[in-house]
Amino acid sequence: MTHTITSTLNPPASSPWTSADVRVDFPILTSAERPVIYLDNAATSQKPDAVIAATTRYYKTMNANIHRGVYRLSVEATDAYESARAGIAAFIGAGNPREVVFTRGCTEAINLVAMTWGLQNLKPGSTIVLTQMEHHSNIVPWQLVAARTGAKIVVTPVSNDGELDIGAFERLVANGAALVAVTHISNVLGTINPVQDMARIAHRHGALILVDGAQSVAHMPVHVGELGCDFFTFSGHKMCGPTGIGALWARGELLDAMPPYQGGGDMISTVSFEGSTWNMVPHKFEAGTPDIAGAIGLGAAVDYLKRLEMPRIATTEADLLTYAEKAMLTIPGLRLIGQARHKASVISFMLDGIHPHDIGTILDQEHVAIRTGHHCCQPLMDFYHIPATARASLAFYNTQADIDALISGLRRVIEVFR
Amino acid sequence: MSDLRELYQQTIIDHNRKPRNFHPMPDADHHAKGHNPLCGDRLELYLKMDGNRISDASFTGVGCAISTASASMMTEAIKGRTLDEVKTLYSHFHTLLTTPMHKPVSTDGLDKLEVFSGVREFPVRVKCATLAWHTLEAAIKDEKSEAKTE
Ligand SMILES: Cc1ncc(COP(=O)(O)O)c(C=O)c1O
Repeated sequence: MTHTITSTLNPPASSPWTSADVRVDFPILTSAERPVIYLDNAATSQKPDAVIAATTRYYKTMNANIHRGVYRLSVEATDAYESARAGIAAFIGAGNPREVVFTRGCTEAINLVAMTWGLQNLKPGSTIVLTQMEHHSNIVPWQLVAARTGAKIVVTPVSNDGELDIGAFERLVANGAALVAVTHISNVLGTINPVQDMARIAHRHGALILVDGAQSVAHMPVHVGELGCDFFTFSGHKMCGPTGIGALWARGELLDAMPPYQGGGDMISTVSFEGSTWNMVPHKFEAGTPDIAGAIGLGAAVDYLKRLEMPRIATTEADLLTYAEKAMLTIPGLRLIGQARHKASVISFMLDGIHPHDIGTILDQEHVAIRTGHHCCQPLMDFYHIPATARASLAFYNTQADIDALISGLRRVIEVFR
Repeated sequence: MSDLRELYQQTIIDHNRKPRNFHPMPDADHHAKGHNPLCGDRLELYLKMDGNRISDASFTGVGCAISTASASMMTEAIKGRTLDEVKTLYSHFHTLLTTPMHKPVSTDGLDKLEVFSGVREFPVRVKCATLAWHTLEAAIKDEKSEAKTE
């Protein structure tokens, strides 16, 4: 029997929905005592009732360790954990659930690839191609593995508008690169990178490609097969799921050939002091008791997103982006950082003569939460010669009223500094 | 809005717009760099000494209004003071920033620096107001490494 979690909360969205309809699914957004206009979705998303309930239900009704008990509770917990994996695999278009490895998040997924595939395959002189717009979590693991293997890192340049120079990229790859690691969507610029083309280019020149999907899975339909990448990494907490859970997807034969990441229980087949053998993929990469509740919560999150339908989420956010950017450009002295032709609903901006940190504090007084700082992208800040940006990042549950509050908050900022 | 006006007092806005002593000092006796990794603020501080007394002070860098105004007003406040006087001033200033709102706090000897009392309401911004002072400590000790707020 497969145990599926069916929630009475958040029933299937009746075809067309609006942001206002789905907003009520998120308790934090509808709390009367603490008003919040949440525009920091690129940092983490809010959680719908369905996800909170699924996590709680695991603890309340089926709490047991997985993959080891013969008793009913353990079997149920194992089924729920594995059916979450299957749901997540289907959500990203993976051919087989065994290709989905649970991790603590996107950061751990990238580190896993660096420390297993990377240490096994990179050699002195091997090249890793990154881009100027990578998050620190898609830079530092490669620096660590480069220091240990003697591989070198080269960087794909970005234009002033925030688009990758694909010609330059191809030249870097053609120079004998072993691996490309690129973000699907920039968490600062909102740029949607042409990863499908980049995968084709990488493969044409014999390189593998890792796509950092932290900013894409919750905002556009993702099908790893169609993208044509070799590794895809993401975090649950940015896609309506809990913190502490995320996943690596990789082609099965790559996972089969990769050495284990960590050693411990669950990842072994046999253990003796003469030597141990490894469990099958994906369990080979999941040493120790995993975040069972987190995985089940993430399963509920993808069910929730599936019900809303990703194409509809993408168009809702695209409309909101258009509305927001148009309104923001009426603010005197406001400059957008990142104006790629293909752009997701991440809006970095500067106000003439006003530091982003001051913008953030003043907006907070109006209950508008935005992010200010370098967004874990210091090399990108250096490229634009700015210390920080202010960033509003939108989700499908944001409304035009949220944007209007942002705009009136920005007018307040200018008033304070006049 | 009232809290905001407490934080962004006109003097602070004014020093942010026109920072005083805002230039490098090639013949400085002491020099240090400060960095707030959280928001990326960076500043460099320069001092000229006359024995135990700070005879001149200047700074350069980029930061938010609180950190820029704090650096600007600090350079004005420390000029002509002895190192001991400066130490006492910093300790008063630090007390001003970190005393909880509901507790009374003395502003004796702080003069113009009193305008930073509004920062108390915004604990995440205390580091912005103290960056210049951390850097001052490093400059006096001639530390080569960057002063950090974290
Ligand atoms: C593009 C990108 N990659 C990776 C990460 C890291 O995600 P996490 O901190 O959840 O591991 C983030 C999160 O900010 C991100 O925006």
